[in-house]
Amino acid sequence: MTILKLFFAFFQVGLFTIGGGYAALPVIQNQVVDTYGWLTAAEFGDLITISQMTPGPIGINAATFVGMRIAGLPGAVVATVGCILAPCLIVLTLAALYKKYGELRAVRGVLSSLHPAVVGLIASAALSIALQALFPAGVSLTGLDIAAVVLVTAGLFALRRFKVNQITVMLAAGAIGGLFYSLVAR
Amino acid sequence: MKKDLKFYLKLFAGCLRISAFTFGGGYVIVPLIKKRFVDELGWVSEEKMLDYIAIGQSSPGPIAVNTAAMMGYGLAGLPGALVAVFATVLPPLVILSVVSVFYALVIENAVVRNVLRGMQAGVAAVVLDVVVDLVAAVTKSRRAVPVVLMAAAFVAAAVFKVNVAFIILASAAYGVLAVAKVRGKERGHDNP
Repeated sequence: MTILKLFFAFFQVGLFTIGGGYAALPVIQNQVVDTYGWLTAAEFGDLITISQMTPGPIGINAATFVGMRIAGLPGAVVATVGCILAPCLIVLTLAALYKKYGELRAVRGVLSSLHPAVVGLIASAALSIALQALFPAGVSLTGLDIAAVVLVTAGLFALRRFKVNQITVMLAAGAIGGLFYSLVAR
Repeated sequence: MKKDLKFYLKLFAGCLRISAFTFGGGYVIVPLIKKRFVDELGWVSEEKMLDYIAIGQSSPGPIAVNTAAMMGYGLAGLPGALVAVFATVLPPLVILSVVSVFYALVIENAVVRNVLRGMQAGVAAVVLDVVVDLVAAVTKSRRAVPVVLMAAAFVAAAVFKVNVAFIILASAAYGVLAVAKVRGKERGHDNP
């Protein structure tokens, strides 16, 4: 029964989250904290922190975390499948339509007006990621993290000038930042 | 492109690697997809990639999973989509399964926090890098409409915090009107 409940709770999380990322939070909270009481509000806060520390979509992170705690590994797998089932069916339908009609002039016209909007959205996400990195305690005049400025600048330089691999840049920033913040800062 | 075992392995490995390093939200997949599937392998054009992202983020569910499904399907139909989605889901499933057991240790560990703080700066650099390229591609056309659409979407998302689904729908509506207008003009030419 619990497994079924997990499945349907995360089926709803998958189906009712449009726009990704933080749009998922209220839906997850509604199911996991308010409806089923699988997590307390404090544990839900921990879940958000963990999601920010680990890779992957927050919906999948939440499904795995809650599933593990309620019903072990089978729970994690069932909740994750529940979370992606509806999105995958919808996207596969759209993908089939795209494959069939994606080259039509009218469709291309509409899609080509989406491209600049998508770039604007990616730029907006980049801005909030950069602000989060540069002002870890919130944006303020005194809150600028100089070490982060150095890391971001050096990272951009390595990527653009020397074409260094992206994953290398992320790992190096983690290693250097980890050493610096642990030994020098505070 | 041959759809042999090697192809599926490459698709699986590419998606797995991207998913394992998507720290900080769905959009971080964009620079990673561009690098691996557009620039290195040449399997996907930049135009198609933006199509996949546009459709992926306007449908329900995680953007990373949706975009992987779109790309996998575009490359190799249903088997491609299944391989791409499986590879995308696997890293968070494995990592969270492990972390959920002793998460208090991870959350309270100062060294882990410091490494992640540094990594956040690296992620910012990677995302800013791809934004520079994508914005340059839009402004290069020297046409006003795309630049205005891009700026409007940016302001709506960054300043007014409008849900991305609405922004995508509004741009699609604009696209439909623009296409209809071109059609109308052409019909006018056909029957004067």
